[in-house]
Amino acid sequence: MKTRITAAALAALAAGPAAAQGIDETVNQVFANSTGWFVSLIFSNFPGTTFPWIVGWLVVAASVFTLYFGFIQLRAFGHAIALVRGDYSDPNDAGEVSHFQALTTALSGTVGLGNIAGVAVAVSIGGPGATFWMILAGLLGMAAKFTECTLGVKYRNEYADGTVSGGPMYYMVKGFAERGLPGGRILAVMFAIFCILGSFGGGNMFQANQAHAQLINVMGDYPGWITGVVMAIIVFLVIVGGLKSIASVTEKIVPFMAALYVGTALIIIGMNYDMIGQAFQQIFAGAFTNDGVVGGAIGALIQGFRRAAFSNEAGIGSAAIAHSAVRTKEPVTEGFVSLLEPFIDTVVICTMTALVIIITGQLISDPTTGMFVLNEAGDQIRTVTGNTGVALTSDAFSSAFGWFRYILVVAVVMFAFSTMISWSYYGLKAWTFLFGEGQTKELIFKIIFCLFVVIGASASLGPVIDFSDAMIFAMAIPNIIALYLLMPVVKAEMNRYLGRLKSGDIRKYE
Amino acid sequence: MSRKIVVGFDGSDASIRALDFAISRAQAQGDNILIAHVLEWSPYSFLTPSEVEERHRRRKEELQRAEAAILTPMVKRVEDAGIPCATTLRYGHIAETLCRIAKDEGAAMIFIGRMGDSGFASRIFGSVAATLAQVAPVPVVIVP
Repeated sequence: MKTRITAAALAALAAGPAAAQGIDETVNQVFANSTGWFVSLIFSNFPGTTFPWIVGWLVVAASVFTLYFGFIQLRAFGHAIALVRGDYSDPNDAGEVSHFQALTTALSGTVGLGNIAGVAVAVSIGGPGATFWMILAGLLGMAAKFTECTLGVKYRNEYADGTVSGGPMYYMVKGFAERGLPGGRILAVMFAIFCILGSFGGGNMFQANQAHAQLINVMGDYPGWITGVVMAIIVFLVIVGGLKSIASVTEKIVPFMAALYVGTALIIIGMNYDMIGQAFQQIFAGAFTNDGVVGGAIGALIQGFRRAAFSNEAGIGSAAIAHSAVRTKEPVTEGFVSLLEPFIDTVVICTMTALVIIITGQLISDPTTGMFVLNEAGDQIRTVTGNTGVALTSDAFSSAFGWFRYILVVAVVMFAFSTMISWSYYGLKAWTFLFGEGQTKELIFKIIFCLFVVIGASASLGPVIDFSDAMIFAMAIPNIIALYLLMPVVKAEMNRYLGRLKSGDIRKYE
Repeated sequence: MSRKIVVGFDGSDASIRALDFAISRAQAQGDNILIAHVLEWSPYSFLTPSEVEERHRRRKEELQRAEAAILTPMVKRVEDAGIPCATTLRYGHIAETLCRIAKDEGAAMIFIGRMGDSGFASRIFGSVAATLAQVAPVPVVIVP
C-alpha cells in the first residue's frame, strides 16, 4: 500500500512538467471535437468527386467577375498604380487617408502567416504544382477584390462626426434594398457571424499558432499557452487599453519586414538561378500531371486555390471593411486600388515563398521516377527535416542563410501581430453590426478575441488550420451571393468612371 | 503695386519673430502678408484600420484647432499693425508646401523663423529653413 502511494506521488511529481503540455493537449482535444462538424460541412466534396465544393465556389466566382468586368485586373492595373502614387489625388484633400495608406492598411491585414506558413502547407501537400494554381487564383481573385471593395465604399454608412462604417454587411442591407432584392439582412447577419468567427480563426488563431511554431523552431520547445498568453496580453493592451504606440510601431515595421522577406527570397532565388527553369518546370508539370502528391493534379489545384484564398482573402469580404473607411469621391477608385492586393500578396509574396521552398530542395522526390515521396502518414510530401508550415519555410530560407531563421521569427511575430490587429477590427465591425455599439459590448468581443489567441497558440496546426479555413470560406458564401446580385452596380460605376477618364473629365493633378 | 509676403508660421517663438520682422518690412514697403501654417503630413505613412476610420474626423479637428489657436490671433496681430493679411492652412511636407504656396500665390518672398538646432538631429532629419534656402522659387528670409 505504502509503495503504491509513493509510486503515485512519484508519478505526480514526474507529471509536473508534463502538466503544462497537458493544457495544450486538452485545448487541442476540446477544440478539434467542437469544431469538426462545421469543418466537414464546409469542406465536403461535390457528390461523387474528391473536389471540395467551397473551392469550386470561389474559383467560379473569381472567374465570373474576371469575365463580367472584361479582365479589369489587366485593364486597370496601370491606372491602379497611378492612383496609389497619388497622380489623381487632389492636393486640397491632403491630410485625408491616401490611396497608398488604404492599400497598405488593407495589406497589413492580408500579408500574414498565410504567405509564409500557408504556402508551405500548400506545396508540402499539393506539391510545386499548387504554386501554379495559387498564382492563377491570385490573378482571378483581383477581380473579386475589385468588386467587393467598390461596393464596400459605395454602400458604407457615414456618420455625423465624420467616421464611417462599411463592409459586406452594409452593402448587403443597403444595396439589396436599393435594388429591391429580398434577403439582404439575412445575408448580412450570416456574414457578420462568420466574420466574427473568421476573426477568431484565420485572423487570430492561425497567426498565433504559426508564430509559436516559429518561436519553438528557433528557441527550443516550450508549451504553446505561454506564447499565447504573452501575445494575448499585448493584443489586449492595444485593442482594449488603447495602447496605440504598439500598433503604430508594428504598422511601420511590417512593410520593411515584407520588403526584407521578398528581398531575401529574391537573393536566394538568384543564388540558385540555374534551378529556376527546373522549378518552373515542376510548377507547370505538377499543375497538370500527377507528380506523386495526394490527389494528383486535382490535389495540387485544391491546395493552391485554398491557400491563395486564405492568404489574399479575395471574395471573403474582409478587405471591403478595411477599404470602406477611406474617403474618396469615386467608389470605383478604391476598387481599382484594392485589386493590387491579391497581386502583391499572392502573385508576388506567396510565389516567392513557394519558389524558395522548391528551389532549395526541401521536398523529397524519388530520383528514379521523379515522383514525390510521401511521409509515413501518407498525407503530404516528405520534407528534408520532416517539418511543415512555417518551420518548412524557415528550413528553406535557413538552408541559404543560417541566420535567416532569427529574422524570420521577428517577421513572423510582426506579421502575426499586425494581422491580428486588423482582424480584431474586422471582427469588431461585424460584432457592432449585430449587437450595436457600446463600450461593454465591444469589450466582450475584445476579451473573447484575446482568449482565442491563447487557444490558437496551444492547439496543434491541423485543427487550427481546418477551423481557420472553414470560417474564412464560410464568409465567402454570403459575400459572393451578394457580389453576384450587386455586380451590375459595380459595372455601372466602372463604366461611368472609365468613360470620364477617357474623355479627360478625370485627369491627373500635376 | 503691393507685394505678397508668405510667412511660414507654426506657432513657435521663432515663427513669431519671423512674423514680427515680416510686419516691420511690410510696413516699410507697403506689402501684404499671407500667414501659411503647414501641418506635417505624408500620404505614404502607414496607418492602422482604426486610424483610417478616424482620419477624416481628426483632420477636421486639427484644422479647426490650427485655425482657432494659431492663425486667428496672428491675423489680428498683423491687421493691428495696419497690414492686409490672409491665411492658408495646408497639409504636406513643410518646405515643399511653403514653396508651392509661394508659387501659387505669386509671392515675392518667404519669411521663416529657424529653430536654431545645429546638432545631430537637424543633420539627420534636415531642417525646414535649410531646405527652403536650397529649393525655394523666391528669396527666403530666415529670421534667427
